[in-house]
Amino acid sequence: MAKNLRTKGSKFIDETTRVCFKFNGNKYFGFKGDTLASALLANNIHLVGRSFKYHRPRGIMTAGSEEPNAIVQINDNTAFTEPNVRATEIEIYEGLEATSQNCWPSVNFDIGGINNFLSPILPAGFYYKTFMWPASFWLKYEYFIRRSAGLGKSPKFPDPDIYEHKYIHCDVLVVGGGISGIMAAKISAKRGLKTLLVDENPNIGGSTIFQNSKYYKINNLTSSSWLENEIKEINKLENLTIKTRTSIAAFHGYNFLLARENLTDHLSANEKKNKVRQRLLKIRAKKVITATGSLERPLVFNNNDRPGIMLSSALKKYADFFGVACGEQNVLFTNNDTAYETAISLDQKGIKVNAIIDIRENSNSELSKEVEAIGIKIYRSSTVVDTYGYKRIKKISVMQLSTDGQSVKGQKIFINCDCLGIAGGWTPAVHLFTQSGGKLDFNEEDQIFLPKIYPSKQISIGSCNGDFELDKIINNTLKILKEFLEIDETEYDNIDVSGTRNLNKRNIWLLPSDKILGKTKPFVDYQNDATAKDIKLALREGFRSIEHVKRYTTTGMGTDQGKLGNMHALGIIADTAGVKMSELGTTTFRPPYTPLSFGTIVGRNVGEFFDIFRKTPMNDWHVKNKSKFENVGQWKRAWYYPNGNESMHEAVQRESKAARESAGILDASTLGKIDIQGTDASEFLNRLYTNSWTKLDIGKCRYGLMLNEDGMVYDDGVTTRLDKNHFIMTTTTGGAANVLAKLEDYLQTEWPELDVYLTSVTDHYATISVCGPNSKKIVSKVIPNLDLSEDNLPHMSFKNTTIDNIKCRVMRISFTGEQSYEINIQANYGISLWEKIMESGKEFNITPYGTETMHLLRAEKGFIIVGQDTDATLTPIDLQMDWIVGKKKYDFIGKRSLYRSDTIRDDRKQLVGLLTDDPKEVLEEGAQIVANLNKKPIEMLGHVTSSYYSPNLNKSIALAVVRGGKNMLGQKLFIPMENKSIIVTIVDPVFLDKENNRLNA
Amino acid sequence: MKNKYSIFSLVKNAFSYHENWEKAWKDPTPKKEYDAVIIGGGGHGLATAYYLAKKHGMKNIAVVEKGWIGGGNTGRNTTIIRSNYLWDASAGLYDHALKIWENLSQELNYNVMFSQRGVMNLAHNLQDVRDLKRRTHANRLNGIDSIYLTTEEVKKFCPIINTSQEIRYPVLGGTLQKRAGTARHDAVAWGYARGADEMGVDIIQNCEVKGIKRTFDSVEGIETTKGFIKTKKIGVVAAGHSSVIASMVGLRLPLESKPLQALVSEPVKPIIDTVVMSNAVHAYISQSDKGELVIGAGTDDYISYTQKGSHDIVEGTLNAILELYPIFSRMRMLRQWGGIVDICPDASPIISKTSIKGLYFNCGWGTGGFKATPGSGDLFAHTIANDEPHKLNAAFNLNRFVSGDLVDEHGAAAVAH
Amino acid sequence: MFLINCPFCGEREQSEFKAGGEAHISRPKQPTELSDDEWAEYLFMRKNIKGIQFERWNHSHGCRKWFNIARDTSNDQIKAVYKMGQKPPVI
Repeated sequence: MAKNLRTKGSKFIDETTRVCFKFNGNKYFGFKGDTLASALLANNIHLVGRSFKYHRPRGIMTAGSEEPNAIVQINDNTAFTEPNVRATEIEIYEGLEATSQNCWPSVNFDIGGINNFLSPILPAGFYYKTFMWPASFWLKYEYFIRRSAGLGKSPKFPDPDIYEHKYIHCDVLVVGGGISGIMAAKISAKRGLKTLLVDENPNIGGSTIFQNSKYYKINNLTSSSWLENEIKEINKLENLTIKTRTSIAAFHGYNFLLARENLTDHLSANEKKNKVRQRLLKIRAKKVITATGSLERPLVFNNNDRPGIMLSSALKKYADFFGVACGEQNVLFTNNDTAYETAISLDQKGIKVNAIIDIRENSNSELSKEVEAIGIKIYRSSTVVDTYGYKRIKKISVMQLSTDGQSVKGQKIFINCDCLGIAGGWTPAVHLFTQSGGKLDFNEEDQIFLPKIYPSKQISIGSCNGDFELDKIINNTLKILKEFLEIDETEYDNIDVSGTRNLNKRNIWLLPSDKILGKTKPFVDYQNDATAKDIKLALREGFRSIEHVKRYTTTGMGTDQGKLGNMHALGIIADTAGVKMSELGTTTFRPPYTPLSFGTIVGRNVGEFFDIFRKTPMNDWHVKNKSKFENVGQWKRAWYYPNGNESMHEAVQRESKAARESAGILDASTLGKIDIQGTDASEFLNRLYTNSWTKLDIGKCRYGLMLNEDGMVYDDGVTTRLDKNHFIMTTTTGGAANVLAKLEDYLQTEWPELDVYLTSVTDHYATISVCGPNSKKIVSKVIPNLDLSEDNLPHMSFKNTTIDNIKCRVMRISFTGEQSYEINIQANYGISLWEKIMESGKEFNITPYGTETMHLLRAEKGFIIVGQDTDATLTPIDLQMDWIVGKKKYDFIGKRSLYRSDTIRDDRKQLVGLLTDDPKEVLEEGAQIVANLNKKPIEMLGHVTSSYYSPNLNKSIALAVVRGGKNMLGQKLFIPMENKSIIVTIVDPVFLDKENNRLNA
Repeated sequence: MKNKYSIFSLVKNAFSYHENWEKAWKDPTPKKEYDAVIIGGGGHGLATAYYLAKKHGMKNIAVVEKGWIGGGNTGRNTTIIRSNYLWDASAGLYDHALKIWENLSQELNYNVMFSQRGVMNLAHNLQDVRDLKRRTHANRLNGIDSIYLTTEEVKKFCPIINTSQEIRYPVLGGTLQKRAGTARHDAVAWGYARGADEMGVDIIQNCEVKGIKRTFDSVEGIETTKGFIKTKKIGVVAAGHSSVIASMVGLRLPLESKPLQALVSEPVKPIIDTVVMSNAVHAYISQSDKGELVIGAGTDDYISYTQKGSHDIVEGTLNAILELYPIFSRMRMLRQWGGIVDICPDASPIISKTSIKGLYFNCGWGTGGFKATPGSGDLFAHTIANDEPHKLNAAFNLNRFVSGDLVDEHGAAAVAH
Repeated sequence: MFLINCPFCGEREQSEFKAGGEAHISRPKQPTELSDDEWAEYLFMRKNIKGIQFERWNHSHGCRKWFNIARDTSNDQIKAVYKMGQKPPVI
């Protein structure tokens, strides 16, 4: 078991730095630069996890982000844990702990493996056909289904890491740092274009950088040596930024791309301390060059999923890049020349290749000839019909293919192996292109989908554009770039490239076996255990579209999003249904290209940065005085100020009494304030509000109700005429921004002829409201120079004045029914004015009160709160506020809607007051109101909108909306609660001081 | 009679390697004439056809679908099913649907996996508390099993929610409807299709409607990419594309079609056993049986038929998710997608006759149509068959936009003083 | 996310703007003269076009100006931007 399969040194791995990591609790060693996969393979470990449905043992398939099988939980039971991490992507670091997933008790012995034996009765979609009896049992079935599904485990602790966002604007974005991407980046940057090159791997260079074949030469150097020099050169370019470990997640419209830059996932706990883990790059590129390469396809044949079965290109990369042999007895299985390249590479590294199974009749390429010369046995026109070995492949059986490729013939031979490299051709990585809205075209010769119609300024180059041979890649890349970047020449115009031709092609999407299909397991989607049988079953049952088949069989819906198997699924559908691939189309590739951490998407918008806090200028005073706060929109508002251990109820009772008996003070700064100026300002208000504004005198205030165009109450507040052409409007706290937007909308789009200018001044003023019978005395102490007489400053009027030479506005307006003064002063003086008033009011026991007391006091007066007593279904008439509707006005926003057949009805819900029979019984806000408890179904007439115990009236009071309520004064109704019914009487909504005597007390 | 689905049929078919399963629905070529044609092969349209055949004896009917059945919002939503709506009309409609859901798998002989794992709605400010209490009281009196939960009870029912009172918008309480839950969205379309097909309904896919032929006051048939189909009754259930169909007869509807996005995480073992919705911070979350966290984002504010929305919306939703579930920070988004939702000004649907005889619309479901699928189909079938609405969908007529009797489910328009 | 060329500020991210729905629906000058049906047409009925739509946008996090856009709602491509009060371009 404990073998070392490391071959002679690789320059991409730092063999001087040994890294210790744990896998399933056992300690192993690798080198810096290893991925978890390469390190495991070097330790001769192939069995990494279990599959989703059948819990079959699975190993490492690939060497990249397309890996479907080798996914692990890292750092389990810590705050740094992460499920479903691809062993082929994560770089090892000192202390890394990885564990297998979806298995119990262990990956070697997994109880769930029983599913593999039950697989005959678990075809695609079996769950749609059963678990239906008895009907009530689904939750019980589901309990077990959910537990056997899922892969890794969710983290259980908050994430200690930090993330951030970065905006990048560039002229050219190059996605993918393979040979064509590097050339594109150089050409672009050298033209003075601000260029960004990103690659998901730790180094750029793609697969060329470890390509040591003598058949690929550029300017008489091996392609890898040539590219090394190029990389050295582009590292010096000023206009070029290179970001590695950076993966494009999404390609949206208008060349807006999201990328994840991974900064610390390859570092040990010590090294990454206090560093940003990942950065979400929000890239806006004028032009995008996609050079994302291509993904090698597997082959679909019986039992093609055992640990030890890998992509041929992965075998090559592990040997050439990581210096690791994936097996000691290797066999390759192919439909093209790729496997021959791998064979030559392995041979050069001294890794034994026992045989190549090739489904083609012959291959005359130089590669093929060299492999023959090496002495590797080649089985032509042959296919693997089965594989053996439960937790690691041990041998394969091989037979001759029929001419049409649909069946096998001849004698079955067995070949021993501990690793089978499969090569099914190449699929261009067109995912990002299609995400951006691009349309694909099917290329029959190579059986691939290629970019056809580009929806934005972008282009694809290299093998993601269907060029697979070095000379073609380079020549086409240059041709395409010249046109795309509108240039006449490039640095590479005299380049000399020699490549080799992949001559013969033969593609069979589902390879035949000697067994009937029903007895085989040819996997198409490894992770989700979807087989070719499942796809054929779906078609048999009438699912025809690729989307249907995908959803029915779950093909392509694993964490790899079908990067390996989607083309085979399409091919098998096309072959079975007898349609052309081009007519089938593909499924939609949805973002992200590879899974993206929520934390990365969220960035710094967590905890206290989740949303901004809006605080009033007096906030510090409230905090110091132990206020409780209420969230109102983004504002933090003082809710109540408990004395010592007072409950909210006790505090509110005390505050309410104080305000009515002596004096109270409220921070009203959060109310929206809009400064309105212009010669048509009063006409504008006239059109906005339901009442009339043209005759409001300078220095006077007026309450206004604003409707939506559909006649429903939208906002309210007091507006003051500061001057002939100057008003200040107040709005509700939460409605401020919307009201301003609405005003601007009407002004700019409906009434551009009006001379009116709007400015939001909410944050410019601190607003302090002092109310109660002693308020006048207090205000006169604070502003001795202001004449507070009824003549000079009557209710609903305002005066400009100064306090200690600071300009301020004093409004005599009241939301409590008490005599009341609202002082507006430049925001930064707010706290000192507040303290001054508190000091002056000390002798009157001035009591700060919060929003809760404000709500109680206004309810005693029957004043509404928009949003609490209204819900966008009530007109002013419903609120019994007919007095504010200017019926003589020709028009105002929402007027016409008040006269529709259902809005003029008399039996609409109307605002009323409620008194409980038991004056101590306080109703629950939101409780429903009925007239008849016995009627079934019970008929609800309305609900309680506001409810308080009034210390000033010594009884419970409530506001409610009740159907036909305005004609029901004195009538008894019921509030049915869970355990009792409460009797209430409908009364006028004004409970206190109907004559408004207190305003001028 | 189609062969019945059961564990026994699965075992039996295992012996023949599942080679003998029948087509779940056929692939007919359209007839020249039908008694009724449903435009739109989503869940609602297929359910409508199913109930027309089953309850109203109409056998000569067709469903025409531009693409593939269930390929629109049916297959793109976050599968939440609940009936805890505020207004009587809505509660009646959605609870009617919920009652059908409770036996739908058995009725269709197709497991739609209706999982009554409960739906919680969270309150984050005092007005939320009032609104949720109001809704709970109304639900109780309407016979809907909704209860109000304190913050502690919220935590108990779903322990992974961050109920610290120190966060930006702390959880102040919530409601729970236990009969609510989720279902397997694709299965609903497929189950209804199979059931309708069995009763003789023609399900015609890849058949785009190009025009509607009409006289002055009634319909005569539809022009499609597969030819003209004569019919006297047309039920339009085209979701985001309702306005496109309406424009074929010169009608305008009170609809705007906007992008709605959703996303799933990679699958993990069970971690959240209920559905949690939060309107105030905008985050809906549940976990699919496969193990993916299913997260609903919001709508963009512009009209679009692209099935794509802006990234800001997704980011905003995940911000809220991490505010409430900080443990999900290292979970990863696997897939994100968008649908086109047709939104009414009052956030309630339209199931209605029109001014043209024989033309009916079922649309305006906005962001929440999936949960209503069975009820919507049943009531729309009733409306089409009788040329009169059922009492449960009478309030959801088109005339409400004229008379002013909206069913406003937006709730409170503004925030309190 | 679109890039929108605000006629007053130049090209900006979509996140700076708010959409305002179908353009060129004028508020009736004499609402009281309209029938309930006619008023409902103004209030609620929309073309909701799939294709080129003329629509209103507001640079809400910028100059706060309203303006019009011609956008293809089937692919979100913006074809033209023009100021309030101007006639829609022929596309």
